[in-house]
Amino acid sequence: MTLDCKHVWSQVSEYIDGSVTAEMREAIERHLANCRHCSAVYDSTRNILVLVGDERTFEVPAGFGERLHGRLQAWMESADSRA
Amino acid sequence: MGERLVRPAVNPGGGQPPVAGSAAPREELANEAAIISRILAGERELFHDLIRPYERGLYLAAYSIVLNEADAEDIAQDAVIKAFKGLKNFRGEARFSTWLMAIALNEARSRWRKSSGVQMDFLSDGEDSGGDYTPAVLADWRYIPSQELERKELRQALREAIAKLSPEYREVLILRDVRGMSIAETAAATGVNEGLVKVRLFRARLAMQKLLAPTLGPKQRGFMGWLTRKAGGQ
Repeated sequence: MTLDCKHVWSQVSEYIDGSVTAEMREAIERHLANCRHCSAVYDSTRNILVLVGDERTFEVPAGFGERLHGRLQAWMESADSRA
Repeated sequence: MGERLVRPAVNPGGGQPPVAGSAAPREELANEAAIISRILAGERELFHDLIRPYERGLYLAAYSIVLNEADAEDIAQDAVIKAFKGLKNFRGEARFSTWLMAIALNEARSRWRKSSGVQMDFLSDGEDSGGDYTPAVLADWRYIPSQELERKELRQALREAIAKLSPEYREVLILRDVRGMSIAETAAATGVNEGLVKVRLFRARLAMQKLLAPTLGPKQRGFMGWLTRKAGGQ
């Protein structure tokens, strides 16, 4: 199987997920080994996703957990008093 | 989370293995079911422990829609109360976490619709039928290690890029690539089929690359160069 650049781009998300067929994976890897531009597209996409997935990118506000459980507990107790 | 770019690819979210349709381990589900039975039988304090592993996920799921910290926190709180009130209706067909996430997403969508005044059909794939979904084509890429996230400018750039995506793209990106949920779980939580999750994920990922790659990582410019230019007001 021979792929052009557009075909590789269309598969890059599933390739990152490891959900392409073995034949497709081999074809993509052959293309990436010989195409500087697609290699940069793949590397940049995956690098950006690693950064997006890092806990530091989206931090939960300080005290979030305490406030969440506090409100839940208060609701449970008020439900008791209503019963 | 892995730092190196190694082929073949691995799950960037660093969570569950990227296998569509992966099921929760039977033991985990049985344990979850046992805790839920005890809660329903009166040991309600256990509900705090049940939700604890998913707190951050609830916040992020809500944030992916409303893009506001205070609202996302409020939605997460409302979602756990709704989940507690509706626990007797939980059938155990999905993981508890998926069910809980779906409650938070529905609450967030509802608030987003009210606040934006826009009617949106999140279950429709009409918006997914066209468009130019091509990446930014670069000559090379300078790998950005996760340590650079200590710089608030990089974190800000990532958050701003995500904010430019439409809500239905943001939610799949957050659930899959930030929370590490499987395609099947993301589909169950968002209420769309797995095929549509994959399409949205593909487009969201390429859009992120297109928004960020030209400024962040080309070898001749790179993140350091981008920071310098930004500081210099260029």
